[in-house]
Amino acid sequence: MKFVKDFRDRELAEKLLAAISREADTSRVYRFMEVCGSHTMAVSRFGLRSLLPKNIELVSGPGCPVCVTPQWEIDAIFEIASREDVTIVTFGDMIRVPGSRGESLQKLRADGADIRIVFSPLDTLKIAEETGKNTVFIGIGFETTAPTAAALAKTAKELGTANVFVAPFCKTVPEVMDVLLADETLEIDGFLCPGHVSVVTGLDIYKAVTAQKRSAVVTGFEPLDILSSVLEMVRQHNKGEYEVKNFYTRAVKNEGNLKAQALLKEVFYQADTDWRGLGRIPKSGLRFRDEYQSVDALAKFGIQETGVTDLKGCKCGDVLKGKMKPSACPMFDNGCTPQNPYGPCMVSSEGSCSAYYKYER
Amino acid sequence: MCLGFPGKLIEMDDFKAVVDIDGTRREVSLMMLPDEVVLGDYVMVHAGFAIAKMDPDEAQKTLEALREFADLLDEEGQL
Repeated sequence: MKFVKDFRDRELAEKLLAAISREADTSRVYRFMEVCGSHTMAVSRFGLRSLLPKNIELVSGPGCPVCVTPQWEIDAIFEIASREDVTIVTFGDMIRVPGSRGESLQKLRADGADIRIVFSPLDTLKIAEETGKNTVFIGIGFETTAPTAAALAKTAKELGTANVFVAPFCKTVPEVMDVLLADETLEIDGFLCPGHVSVVTGLDIYKAVTAQKRSAVVTGFEPLDILSSVLEMVRQHNKGEYEVKNFYTRAVKNEGNLKAQALLKEVFYQADTDWRGLGRIPKSGLRFRDEYQSVDALAKFGIQETGVTDLKGCKCGDVLKGKMKPSACPMFDNGCTPQNPYGPCMVSSEGSCSAYYKYER
Repeated sequence: MCLGFPGKLIEMDDFKAVVDIDGTRREVSLMMLPDEVVLGDYVMVHAGFAIAKMDPDEAQKTLEALREFADLLDEEGQL
């Protein structure tokens, strides 16, 4: 596949690594955060962290949607799932996420709950038609996934389908990046910006980053994408000149996907929302506009926000902020493994703990 | 969760298409695709939707820039 394999050229990767080593100032440390869970997986899988010079730290951030979903939203999903007249429709990532009482969608399904894993949110329509039951799609994700949940809501409304609902738990990236930038204890020099979020949003959302003298490079998920972006960030810091760069031009247009942006604006508004480990972040959540109340699962099932309660002993919160390496959590490989996860960062295939467990132990 | 895969368009009607992702056929919605596409084009697929047309010229340009950069370093004897 020309869009993938060519970007794994070993010889070019070695040359980029040599250039990074040559240009990185050994008298300082560069701390770059990979915001996106897919970047975390790629960095771990290709062993890039260990190949970079010691004074370049790649810190994993809050870019795994399942991981940042607060406990009350997870528990709300279980509350809806445990009702007899409901079918839950979800992406596979959610199926093993633990609730505060140790339950999971997988366990609920084993106990007889009707829970379906889908590839596309639109599959919800077919399932709702087949079962005739109240069918709830769990809308968890960032700007890449949120338009697909919006498309389901809009289609269900236009078709007049009365038994399709969406749990609106999607979140937005710029607002959480603002929080990370404002945290002086983090000392982040720059961000590897999420490639597929940027397909939708475009580049303007990162201007706040460069305005604060940090680098922001939108990049893809192959070794050459990531390494060339690290080199660019090193150069920007060496010069003290910061500019948002698009190193993923084969997929990302500078203005983003205007159709998807319009769909998001039509269906959702930006509301204050809770993030695991990060607390309540203003305007960082997507909730349904009044015109879409008929498909809003929160309204349908009377779900109340109860605030953040994280799992006891789980350090996912610190991991998500880049304050703690997954392997530094006392529970890492000690009561929390991908086979038997305790916290969401170990459950999700994109979670930092899962990536470190698989590739960086 | 934000995973996207390049898929080759192998069947199309107004709003639906079938893509080939590394040998696997997937039905995708085109309702969110802002670009004109024809059979044989590659699209970025996420959660059952084509969200962008992939640009092979841009992929080529990126690779060429990287190769030129590497060649330049070779010539300068810096690697």
